[in-house]
Amino acid sequence: MQIMLKLYAGLTPFLPAGAVNNQIAIEVAENTTINTVLDARGCPRKMCHLVMQNGFHVPPGERDARVLKEGDALAAWPPIAGG
Amino acid sequence: MAWAGKILRVNLTEGTCASEPLNMEWAHAYLGQRGLATKYLVEEIDPKVDPLAPENKLIMATGPLTGTSASTAGRYSVITKGALTGAIACSNSGGFFGNEMKNAGWDMIIFEGKSPKPVYLMVENDNATLCDASAHWGTSVWDTEEAIKANHGDPMIRVASIGVSGEKGVKFACVVNDMHRAAGRSGVGTVMGSKNLKAVALRGTLGVKVKDAKRFLGASAAAKQVLADNPVTGQGLPAMGTQVLMNVINETGGLPTRNHREVQFEGANDIGAEAMAVVRESDGKANLVTNAACFGCTIACGRISQIDREHFSVVERPQYQMASGGLEYEAAWALGAATGVNDLEALTFANFVCNEQGIDPITFGATIGAAMEMFEDGVLTEEQTGMSLKFGDAKALCDLALLTGTGEGFGAEIGLGSKRLTEKYGRPELSMGVKGQEFPAYDGRGIQGIGLAYATSNRGACHLRGYTIASEVFGIPVKTDPLDSDGKPALVKAFQDATAAVDSSGLCVFTTFAWTLEDFAPQIDAACEGDWTAERLLDIGERIWNLERNFNNAAGFTAADDNLPERLLKDAAKTGPAEGKVSALATMLPEYYELRGWTPDGVPTNETLSRLGL
Repeated sequence: MQIMLKLYAGLTPFLPAGAVNNQIAIEVAENTTINTVLDARGCPRKMCHLVMQNGFHVPPGERDARVLKEGDALAAWPPIAGG
Repeated sequence: MAWAGKILRVNLTEGTCASEPLNMEWAHAYLGQRGLATKYLVEEIDPKVDPLAPENKLIMATGPLTGTSASTAGRYSVITKGALTGAIACSNSGGFFGNEMKNAGWDMIIFEGKSPKPVYLMVENDNATLCDASAHWGTSVWDTEEAIKANHGDPMIRVASIGVSGEKGVKFACVVNDMHRAAGRSGVGTVMGSKNLKAVALRGTLGVKVKDAKRFLGASAAAKQVLADNPVTGQGLPAMGTQVLMNVINETGGLPTRNHREVQFEGANDIGAEAMAVVRESDGKANLVTNAACFGCTIACGRISQIDREHFSVVERPQYQMASGGLEYEAAWALGAATGVNDLEALTFANFVCNEQGIDPITFGATIGAAMEMFEDGVLTEEQTGMSLKFGDAKALCDLALLTGTGEGFGAEIGLGSKRLTEKYGRPELSMGVKGQEFPAYDGRGIQGIGLAYATSNRGACHLRGYTIASEVFGIPVKTDPLDSDGKPALVKAFQDATAAVDSSGLCVFTTFAWTLEDFAPQIDAACEGDWTAERLLDIGERIWNLERNFNNAAGFTAADDNLPERLLKDAAKTGPAEGKVSALATMLPEYYELRGWTPDGVPTNETLSRLGL
């Protein structure tokens, strides 16, 4: 199945080649979890501070178990703030 | 100690400058800067005064730590009754001007009356003189700053001035110091212009004394280490700036788009931090040239940008082809998502013009958004505006920045701000703001707490009076659910009170991404007479909040003004996590009043006033 992977700020270098506007559609197996995808891209877990599934925040403790669905958007940022 | 202990009182009507001692009893109760200057203002003006009347006063104020070796110790604020809102106004700025004022030996400068002709104030340590500014009237902030330095033959002079917008009565004129740092909101520059005061120029070489220098150096060094070790203040902000938020807030479904008609912008990625770092095909350079720091800052979140020289906005305007103050998140949102414009170079140009002529880019962009909606609805015609004004029109944005900056053509109408503009054309419901001031870059439907913070902000809609985004989106200090309104009244109150204390210290609110009041207290305690704890600072913050509230109530504001536009209360978000949601203000507000110790009508009770020593 396909999901949209979005990596921003300091996580940008972990995007696969061909990503446009910090995002790219990638193929993942059924029942793939959030951390499986982020680990596969080499994103250090310490840098995955803010992780969203379809815009909803996923706390660190749930990322090993949270399963992605077809068409989901998975977005991640290192620690950031501003205003 | 830490406080200079002196106020400079400038009577513009009489043309006099006089020194007077700082009221130390008030300094211990209100700390400095925002709190202390507000105390002086409310004691000295009628809350019902016309903001543009000579009887209104304008105060430039430092905090006790301004000018010290603490990190971010360059802050000062401009406090007055706001021209845009008619409410208490306090706009905070960085750069180097605040440090210079403190090093010249002044805690604050109080301007009263109105000069019969344009003047600027020149201060060299103890010597203060009003100088003829007729040669500078009608010139931009950039030209004024350069000319005043030349007048006195001293490039080290620091200048805060207004642009043509402030002279012409544009309601959201700023006071701009150091070319591109601004006391930006609520029309404080408009008040300055109404007094025929073009600029304030400072040269200070006296230094700042602290109570216990050795302990202060230790405390400020420890606090700097906290900033350096924190991934946000040590790495994220210097590398990406505040603009990193564009994609975050868009993903969260809280990015107000096209005058808040939508909550997500399809062009967000074109105008955020990542886009600023992309190397352009045209010239092989990125929009972002470098980051920059204000006086004494060890974070350095500022952006310096250069526009593509082939871009339509600058191709025939070489004066805008240099590197200058680049886009911060709030400006990029207002100039971009609020107007539907996704042209990064056009946004940077409009931002340069906002700096050059001293206009608040938040209110400017939001007002353009409201005008664009009226244009698309047929309320405004091309005959009236002089141009096509559809959402997404980058050229219209750039042209109107120039026209608004000088108060010309349809720019004079934009210069009214969205509340007055939409009322004039019979569509007041299209003004997206509170108490006459436009929203910043977060939608109260997708991020519930910030909606309450906007509704109750004493200076009109503002993110900086209670930045609950830190908790609701970033998880600082703890993560809360942006879609849930439960617990948000307490969160808003906590942020508002703590921020009021920080805004009175002389340091920058961005330190609070790493510091709590427990990090401020040892620095203030080592610098200032008395015993200073985090609890005392929080008490001071609450006192300031209620002092401001009392002023607004006396000025004629009521609980009915703690409100949001119907669009946020009735039109549900169309996409994203908040799809189907409106702001839960009606349930949050009564709880907020109760937590504050206010009546159901939003008035502080006698018990609350007594508890706070008001």
